Amino acid sequence: MNQKLKVAILGSGNIGADLLIKILRSPSLECTLFIGRNPDSSGLARARALGVPVSADGIQAILRNPDCCEVVFDATSAGEHLKHWPLLRALGKRVVDLTPSRVGTMVVPAINAHAFHDADNINMISCGGQASTPLAYAIAQTQPGIEYFEVVSSIASLSAGPATRANIDEYIDTTETAIRHFTGCAATKAILILNPAQPSIHMQTTVSAKVATADLDRLRPVIDRMVASIQHYVPGYQMVVPPVFEHNRIVVMVRVTGRGDFLPTYAGNLDIINCAAIAATEQFARGRRTVAA
Amino acid sequence: MKDILISDPTLRDGNHAVMHQLNPAQIAAYCTAADAAGIPIVEVGHGNGLAASSLQLGQSLVSDHEMLRVAREKLTRSQLGVFIIPGFGTIKRDLAPAIDLGADVVRVGSHCTEADTTARHLAYARERGKHAYGNLMMSHMASPATLLAECRKMQSYGAEGVVLMDSAGALLPGDVRERFEVLVGGLEIPVGFHAHNNLGLAIANSLVAVEAGARILDGTARGFGAGAGNAQLEVLVAVLQKLGYTTGIDLYKMLDLSDVAEKHVIKSIPIVRPTSVVSGLAGVVSTFAKHVDRISLQYGIDPRDLFFELGRRKVVAGQEDIIIAAAMDLAHERRPAA
Repeated sequence: MNQKLKVAILGSGNIGADLLIKILRSPSLECTLFIGRNPDSSGLARARALGVPVSADGIQAILRNPDCCEVVFDATSAGEHLKHWPLLRALGKRVVDLTPSRVGTMVVPAINAHAFHDADNINMISCGGQASTPLAYAIAQTQPGIEYFEVVSSIASLSAGPATRANIDEYIDTTETAIRHFTGCAATKAILILNPAQPSIHMQTTVSAKVATADLDRLRPVIDRMVASIQHYVPGYQMVVPPVFEHNRIVVMVRVTGRGDFLPTYAGNLDIINCAAIAATEQFARGRRTVAA
Repeated sequence: MKDILISDPTLRDGNHAVMHQLNPAQIAAYCTAADAAGIPIVEVGHGNGLAASSLQLGQSLVSDHEMLRVAREKLTRSQLGVFIIPGFGTIKRDLAPAIDLGADVVRVGSHCTEADTTARHLAYARERGKHAYGNLMMSHMASPATLLAECRKMQSYGAEGVVLMDSAGALLPGDVRERFEVLVGGLEIPVGFHAHNNLGLAIANSLVAVEAGARILDGTARGFGAGAGNAQLEVLVAVLQKLGYTTGIDLYKMLDLSDVAEKHVIKSIPIVRPTSVVSGLAGVVSTFAKHVDRISLQYGIDPRDLFFELGRRKVVAGQEDIIIAAAMDLAHERRPAA
């Protein structure tokens, strides 16, 4: 029997709305409840129009009806997630955290997609973290003696909703922690730029690694494989500046074009974090079926 | 007779001009003289503020902590100012320690349409009992009505004043007048202007702002700042005095301060170079100048073309990484077809 994994989405902002459209396409996930806090929000109206059950009661909707889902995607804010997690854990829910709260195990599908089997709360880091961490990981694997990693992401203003804007400090903290965690390099810096240019710019991420000498021949095939592996779940992920060595730093730059599901294609930042969240959850759903069979 | 509050970012904006290499002795010498001259606020730090020392923007010679410690020691009358851009500096890692070290004035900056990113940082500075101001960068890129809406947000977050930064030195006097007439009429808090001299208008634009009701002005000794530099503070103070405004600054000591700056701090006095003119015309932030010079040389392209290309891409402050991508594209276009 090919039963889909039941999931609820908590948060009806940009991230939640985009996530819903992507989950409706998933062969292994089913959105059984889409939850906001404002009954008149456009996010809820859109979900209703798509035939998805909705609630405007926030976390209460799950507490009242715990059987509605097995997995909860939390697309609210870091502060809200800290309140949600103990309640959801008590219900035995698995949680995919799309806020930069740093509560759960950090997951980048191209590196550790299996983590969801062992952890009941996985954290998707940040949009910039999903774009940069795998590149930093590839650099750290092939270049000894990296002194410092720096990751800079520019995203279109229109793609950054109120929670993203209020959580910039958490974004920086969580992204830096992820780079340290996956590369083992102690010195890291994350920078986020909101760009209001019209037409909106596509999400762009630059990874710089400070190092005395670089072996780009060794790096190139590893980074190409990493990019291809990310493209499996984020089709719009594209390397725009392949690794160059300039000014004692290796620089590589990627652009993320979204599928245009909720916001137009410039909002690659929504795509990359949501596609990563879905990829990790689908992997869990597949593993679970195998065990059941 | 009206009071103008002068804030002096010589040791912050000037850091751009030396790729953020100001050293503790320079900071100490300048702060001592600035204190003697009665400069109300002395801003110190990396050119882009707290935690901006980075490969992206240039790494500081000394840490934020060390810069602030040295300045604090020398400033007795003058207030110590810091600048922070959310997205670079965070409250916990950067702003809280800066206030612990004795910062009195916190300027929180954002691109001119992104004021809501400053809410938490402004509120935090006020909670700590410090003076908090909002800075809107690249203010040539938004209309007066949009700027007013953004300033009102900062006012609602607790800003005691808002400062328009002409980061690219792109505004003409008429643009400045138009902006300040709208802001002064629509806000309850004082407004200020931070000029850049790309088109030779820094002093003139500052005066236009004051005539339209601005009550805060930024200026730097000898104009020491990014690109073509800022409004030259010793000139600004003199002209304001002649016009009957009071700044509380001793003119002779201000002139002495500018000599101290030239002798101890300034590597080369800012002048309006061709790339500054182009960056002003293209509306590209002045801080890109040194990166553009270096990268255009590496890729064998005309820096003027690179500035106009960056202007077309509407890059904002902090997007220095795009310079390489734009340079590669230009170099590629120029290459004869194989």
